[in-house]
Amino acid sequence: MTRKIVIVGYGMAGSRLAEEIRRRDTDNVSVTVIGAEPHPAYNRILLSSVVGGGMTPQMVRLHGDDWAEKHDVDLRLGTTVDGIDRAARTVTLTDGSTVDYDALVLATGSRPWLPPTEGLLNDGVLAPGAVAFRTLDDCEQIVAASKPGAPVAVVGGGLLGLEAARGLASRGNLVTVVHPVGHLMERQLDAGAGRVLAATLATLGIEVRLGVKAARYLPGDGLKLDDGSHVPADLVVVSAGVIPETTLAKDAGLTVERGIVVDDALRTSDFRVHAIGDCAQHPGTISGLVQPAWEQAAVLADLLTGAQPASRYRGTPVVTRLKAKDVDLAALGDVHAEVDSSDAEVLCLTDPTRGRYAKLVLRDDRVAGAIVIGAPDAAATITQLYDRGIPAPSDRIALLLGRALPPGASVAHSPADLPAATTVCRCNTVSKSQLVKAWRGGARGVSGLATATRATTGCGGCRDTVSAIADWLASSEETTP
Amino acid sequence: MTITAPLTGTIDTHCPYCALQCGMRLAGKTVEPREFPTNRGGLCQKGWTSAALLDSPGRLTEPLVRVDGELRPATWDRALDLIANQLIEIQATHGRDAVAVFGGGGLTNEKSYLLGKFARVALGTSRIDYNGRFCMSSAAAAGMKAFGMDRGLPFPVEDLQQADTVLLVGGNPAETMPPFIQHLKSAELIVVDPRRSATAEQAVLHLQPAPGTDLALALGILHAVVADGHLRHDYLADRTTGFDEVWRIAATWWPERVERVTGVAAADQRAAAAMLATATNAYVLTARGTEQHARGADMVSAWINLALALGLPGRAGSGFGCLTGQGNGQGGREHGQKADQLPGYRKLDDPAARAHVAAVWGVDPDSLPAPGVSAYELLDEGPRGLLVFGSNVVVSAPHAGRVEDKLSAVDFLVVADVVMSETAAMADVVLPVTQWAEEDGTLTNLEGRILLRRKAVRPPANVRTDLEVLHGLAQRLGQPADRFPVDAEEVFEELRRASAGGIADYSGVTYARLREGEALHWPVPATDHPGTPRAFLDRFAHADGLARFVPVDHSGPAEPPDEEFPLQATTGRVLQHYQSGAQTRLVPELMKAVPEMYVEVHPDTAARAGLENGDLADVVSRRGRVRARVRCVASIRVDLVFLPFHFPGEGRANLLTNPELDPTSRMPEFKVCAVRLEAA
Repeated sequence: MTRKIVIVGYGMAGSRLAEEIRRRDTDNVSVTVIGAEPHPAYNRILLSSVVGGGMTPQMVRLHGDDWAEKHDVDLRLGTTVDGIDRAARTVTLTDGSTVDYDALVLATGSRPWLPPTEGLLNDGVLAPGAVAFRTLDDCEQIVAASKPGAPVAVVGGGLLGLEAARGLASRGNLVTVVHPVGHLMERQLDAGAGRVLAATLATLGIEVRLGVKAARYLPGDGLKLDDGSHVPADLVVVSAGVIPETTLAKDAGLTVERGIVVDDALRTSDFRVHAIGDCAQHPGTISGLVQPAWEQAAVLADLLTGAQPASRYRGTPVVTRLKAKDVDLAALGDVHAEVDSSDAEVLCLTDPTRGRYAKLVLRDDRVAGAIVIGAPDAAATITQLYDRGIPAPSDRIALLLGRALPPGASVAHSPADLPAATTVCRCNTVSKSQLVKAWRGGARGVSGLATATRATTGCGGCRDTVSAIADWLASSEETTP
Repeated sequence: MTITAPLTGTIDTHCPYCALQCGMRLAGKTVEPREFPTNRGGLCQKGWTSAALLDSPGRLTEPLVRVDGELRPATWDRALDLIANQLIEIQATHGRDAVAVFGGGGLTNEKSYLLGKFARVALGTSRIDYNGRFCMSSAAAAGMKAFGMDRGLPFPVEDLQQADTVLLVGGNPAETMPPFIQHLKSAELIVVDPRRSATAEQAVLHLQPAPGTDLALALGILHAVVADGHLRHDYLADRTTGFDEVWRIAATWWPERVERVTGVAAADQRAAAAMLATATNAYVLTARGTEQHARGADMVSAWINLALALGLPGRAGSGFGCLTGQGNGQGGREHGQKADQLPGYRKLDDPAARAHVAAVWGVDPDSLPAPGVSAYELLDEGPRGLLVFGSNVVVSAPHAGRVEDKLSAVDFLVVADVVMSETAAMADVVLPVTQWAEEDGTLTNLEGRILLRRKAVRPPANVRTDLEVLHGLAQRLGQPADRFPVDAEEVFEELRRASAGGIADYSGVTYARLREGEALHWPVPATDHPGTPRAFLDRFAHADGLARFVPVDHSGPAEPPDEEFPLQATTGRVLQHYQSGAQTRLVPELMKAVPEMYVEVHPDTAARAGLENGDLADVVSRRGRVRARVRCVASIRVDLVFLPFHFPGEGRANLLTNPELDPTSRMPEFKVCAVRLEAA
């Protein structure tokens, strides 16, 4: 008997789940995927690259045209689910047809939250010249509407808004970000980091307006802000946050709070109905990120196929990485502890002129939170320590700065200062003292020292050092009567 | 014809150790470097001191037979008779496959070839494999998949001198083949290594992935190549197939995601992509660091995919290659000492290949055994009789404690070696054989160039060549005497015929051409063929001439760290020692430089274990415990320790390593396992 699995949603979460199921199982379950958009699944993470021009819509597709057929998936595109009949275990599609399920998975994602800006909505849809930043179609609209040199306003200074802003600036647009809070990315950053980020964006030609709301949208003209000022814009991109798409679940009587409530087995209040991705609400993570969605997909595939009945989703530690060219920003964990905190060790370094900010929060010797702007190596290392729960190195400053060591061995200092035991020629294990001894034994010049000690005869990389030592020995001999 | 070797005076030869096969001159028992393209007159300390082993007191000089638990001198006849009788009896009782043969990547082409023939024809066993399985198998498997041919460097090593950028993945040539570094001097070097190795210190960009995450890193760099507009569309269309499927995987590995898995900054991944893409000439090179994993073949495929996306392989002045390790690590993997292989890089399960080789050998194709099992499996399944040639498996195999147990349980163990290795010390019969300067033979270096190493000194009186050993045994096993020649050139003539028409075609190579100094890189399909220094310039070796992108995805180390074993261990080499150290540990000058087992640890990690620099520590994994001197190194990751694998006994790094095998190449996971550190 094959079990019928129906996945509602063919986005990052739904498509991944179908893949994960087929990776584990090819026979025992049937898989139906219902996607609202007309395209094959695409990688939402890369949409800012589409806006920036680095990638074409074709390149961000997650699946080829033959994916469904190759993996025996019943894929229905351009259709949505109107309702769930939990008693009959069927879903009804917009065309009136029904699909039976043994297990139903809601992967309906989220939809943009639209601010109450006057004139932004016409009959519930965005007015001409305003576009959300959520779907591939949105991106194509943005690309079509944003001619290089044209002014564009981005409503929302969160992660996605800033990625869109950076993409648009790369295309040559004059971008203004309008953000209602006092600093950018307030969910992930403290005020100091927000200031450094705004300064960095300014150097890339992105203007940031903080603590103001867009009061009115004037198509073809721009935005009027609630402080009375005006932001000129041919195009307004709205990226002010998302709302989990829970309508279906609510209508079906499932428990819904902000999102569809799920347990560690990713079950909703009906054990036959699961939810993953942005639409789901699990206590261990926040929604809106792909990493949790993919981890949930893997766990749910384990459970639905019976491959790993003990598999559970326990949450995903969140690491926020801004994907914006020339802005390197990472934020993770608890970032709001202050330097004088009594229950945490907190370090903070600010260099706004050079676009650098590094804050590190440690508890019990482990990284509890961090913000790193403009120091990619530090960000990468701190993230590893955080994810792996490894005790942090005791040299905290080196950790904060990134690379602890200067690259490359230096030959710069005087041979006189070199400790006698220093290995000069690695290939032949020749120390400075052996070279000195050879000199005393009558060896002269690089070739003489080479013959006596074999220094320089391997890769030859120490030739300069040996030469310097030979010169130093020669000169010290001259000065010694 | 025979070679008239001057046994006095000077003779040009090559170093006995690594695959760089540095040119050297031997005068009596003194070594001097000479100009040769691979080493350009350079030698490392191993090379300089290599002659010390010719008359080392540690040298085996007579056959030894175990009597009452003790190895005692015996005549050759007695030793060979005993071996033959035992093997016949074991096979009569337990079947042909109860006797296994284990070869080595240091053996000459002639020995490798004859050893494979000996196993298949004289013993009729399918159980033959060699230590190159632990070395080159992942690179070989990936190279075959992508290009249809596996030649370590499909270009002369000097070509690297024209490179603007070289990406070296998991290689540390500053320690393992120092003179090679000369070829990298003009290039901007990118090194991928979890450790800040001597080579990494010379890099413009050092990428330090968490151990076992190389594949994700390769995908991240590939993603950056595409995202930043560096993809070579023309090359992809003209010379390759399969990119789309690879891109679907790489598309899900944007650099920030890769950063989280690998610890390599997204910015550095993009920088690496840009350095490679904007170079006029660029190379991607892999070595053991990325190959010795339970997903090693996939890891190499990932790096090849990157090279293909950049349009490097088969382009003059650019390319992809792997750095072969052992002296004859290339030739040793071509001529039939591999479980699934016949000479000329033919497949043992290919009927046409069987027919061709059987005709050369004068036997019925149906008499040839089927493909056998890989090196670790061969040792692990516990053969009744085992012949080991030129390999020290109790030190060099993974999960060495288990391998030692298995070897102890072998009814009859024979080891042919130059020195009393730790494996030889366990044997029932030990056969003293000639070494590099004492015999003729060819080797194929890291660039696929066939070299003639000539006899330069007389071996000790009672020492025989491996060819003589095989000849003597084969005869006692009932084979016609002329089927197993003792003269190296005669064996080579047969190898030429056996390899003719194969992927590694040596049929056009002769000792005469080599003596005249011709630089012959295989394939050399005819005696008037100039050889193939640069392969793939016009087409790859697949039937359609196209290179294959191979879709591979990251999965991580087989044994992730946990609470009990919170650290990761990786193994590697030091400049002064070679492989299991059986040879180099007998050279006083090398032992003086690096006398004992050590472990590199971050000072914080040492302190947490109550250890200081210079203390003795125990490194413990699920499989064993290693005693090592602590070396505190501030540049190593806090969760990583490094151990060289050249030392014996309780200092064997391989007591710790994980024998999880790659599904394709059967390479064990040498490069990463979970450990903890304790004060000794």
